[in-house]
Amino acid sequence: MKALRAGRAGRGLALATISMAWLLPLRAQTAAPSAAACLACHSQPGIADGQGRNLTIAPASFAASVHGALGCPACHADIQGFPHKLPVAKVDCAKCHAGEGAKLKTSVHRIWRAASLRLVMRNLDSPACLNCHGNPHAIVPVNNPRSPVYPLNLPRTCGACHGNPQLAKKYGLPNVYSMYVDSIHGMALTRDGLLVAATCTSCHGAHQILSHNNPRSPTFRARVPATCGKCHAGIAAKYLRGAHGQALRAGVASAPVCISCHTAHSIASVRTTAWQLHTTAQCGGCHSQRLATYRDTFHGQVTALGFAVTARCWNCHRAHEILPASNPKSSIAPANLPATCGQCHGQVPRGFISYNPHADPRNRRRFPGLYYTARFMNLLLLGVFTFFGIHTVLWFSRSISERTAKRGRT
Amino acid sequence: MTPPRPPLETSPGAAQPAPAPAGATPSTGYFYRFSPGQRLLHATLFTTFLGLALTGLTLRFSEARWAQAFAQVVGGFRAILFFHKSLALILTAAFLLHLAIILRRVFLKREFGLLWGPNSLVPQPKDFLDLGSHFRWFLGLGPRPRFDRFTYWEKFDYWAVFWGMAVIGISGYSMWFAPFVSRLLPGSWLNVALLLHGDEALLAAWFIFSIHFFNTHLRPGSFPMDTVIFTGRLTEREFEEKHPREYARLKAEGRLADLRAGPAQPWFVVAGKIIGFAAIAIGFVLLVLTLYSFF
Repeated sequence: MKALRAGRAGRGLALATISMAWLLPLRAQTAAPSAAACLACHSQPGIADGQGRNLTIAPASFAASVHGALGCPACHADIQGFPHKLPVAKVDCAKCHAGEGAKLKTSVHRIWRAASLRLVMRNLDSPACLNCHGNPHAIVPVNNPRSPVYPLNLPRTCGACHGNPQLAKKYGLPNVYSMYVDSIHGMALTRDGLLVAATCTSCHGAHQILSHNNPRSPTFRARVPATCGKCHAGIAAKYLRGAHGQALRAGVASAPVCISCHTAHSIASVRTTAWQLHTTAQCGGCHSQRLATYRDTFHGQVTALGFAVTARCWNCHRAHEILPASNPKSSIAPANLPATCGQCHGQVPRGFISYNPHADPRNRRRFPGLYYTARFMNLLLLGVFTFFGIHTVLWFSRSISERTAKRGRT
Repeated sequence: MTPPRPPLETSPGAAQPAPAPAGATPSTGYFYRFSPGQRLLHATLFTTFLGLALTGLTLRFSEARWAQAFAQVVGGFRAILFFHKSLALILTAAFLLHLAIILRRVFLKREFGLLWGPNSLVPQPKDFLDLGSHFRWFLGLGPRPRFDRFTYWEKFDYWAVFWGMAVIGISGYSMWFAPFVSRLLPGSWLNVALLLHGDEALLAAWFIFSIHFFNTHLRPGSFPMDTVIFTGRLTEREFEEKHPREYARLKAEGRLADLRAGPAQPWFVVAGKIIGFAAIAIGFVLLVLTLYSFF
């Protein structure tokens, strides 16, 4: 068998195959060969073609595969008898899987493949299908745990390329695999083994993966809420009722969607302190004035210090059904403020809710008391330090000059 | 509002008349300036103040890296708040006790000298004249003013604490008991309270860590530290130099001998210096950090 492996060119391999065939009780035939006939040679371990590709087929796994019942000629239609001509024609999966084939043709993978992946992917001439579906002679249904596209295996399959730092660097792709694996979706999948956990294809689709710039893509910005809403239906409905969802529906391009706050791949559990503190800056990315006035309050100081024990944006404004105070359904509508503040402060008196958690000491019209207090304190600070600053400097220099004078005398 | 004159303590030197060696060599004799109660009050004030400043300024500058690191070291936000509130209670108790003592001395013991006169902390006309002549001396235009028992900057320090206690205390307790306070006052007071609390605290901290430290400890003549507030006593030379008018007055009245004291216990002086330098060091570090974060 070593001799077979060493075959350098197509012709050498053909000769070797033929010489092998003599040892087997087979005769040359012209009819389409049975799987058993093909496997007579191809079940031998270690046979390879001139480019070093493994040509060994495990009979048992082929028989157990989805294609096992079809036999060899269903795919390798060009092989009519033995010995067969070389090279063998490339198998076109789309002949049967026309729908998937058509989808793949417009997907980013097909385009990328044509453009550049030729340089980096192994099995260059194999159909793009096999990069994900694996060994063509052992393809099992997607719900089989041994399938590379079984939900629990899928991220690793996609990660073969999308978790490859060299590839990521070369093509400017984010290293999404590690992001995903550490995300709440990835944890649910790898740690908890949940089949319902979102994997790559849950959001991106399987065969027709489109760029997020493509309006038909499920990851296109405006379509993200619908994509996440496939699982998170309740949250999506709340989001669409809220100000952000309404803005998105109204066609506001900058309206935040799920991934604006949660990110696309590094989605963290909302229960982690890191994420709870991070969201404040996230909201403040757009609502900068609100963040500045929040930071001036006790709530904002404590969270800035690194402790998620005081109110953050969404404790008062809600996370998804965010509504303006003018809307009676809003959590910050005057009638609902006792309940909203009461989440932390318990039963609060009427005066308590007239506290403004975003008061701006620079706004004289809306917060005159605060404005004049701030001005007074600034003047006091300035006055005290100007007076005593001068006092101290003069005192110091006089003391020094007197000392040197005294020393001069003695 | 004057702290009491130190109680009469018998000391070896008390029986003899003051030697008054005309300032040739530093006198080995000591005089009492502060009573143990006053020293204890100051010790309580500065230790609680340092703790309050450390924990409070951490919140005030919560976006600074040093503040976040300090909060972690102390044991988190709840620990910070616990220490801040505990120290506030101690300081409030000390302040109220001081008030009670003063009121008792004025109204029950009828020590009206606390309210007016050379021993009073209430600003006197002389203080304004002293301020003017001190500035003239700074500029080399006149002699150094002859200060009495309390100088004008010492009185300023004393009343600044009064003002600060009122502003920081009232605003602080308002926020501590916000739901209760908002029964009596509108919620906008709570907005004002935090601003007042933080700005007044910053004023106090910066003032203590720069002006008070310089005026009292770091200025030439007292450098590196004036231990009188720890030991309660100063040397005769210091007495003559820093409070010449009081010295002369007491001498003329023949009461100087009443204040004579022996030297403080060496261990007590060392302990006072260690604590004092630690306080000054903490203050300086806080001053630098807060100034850096502020600007």
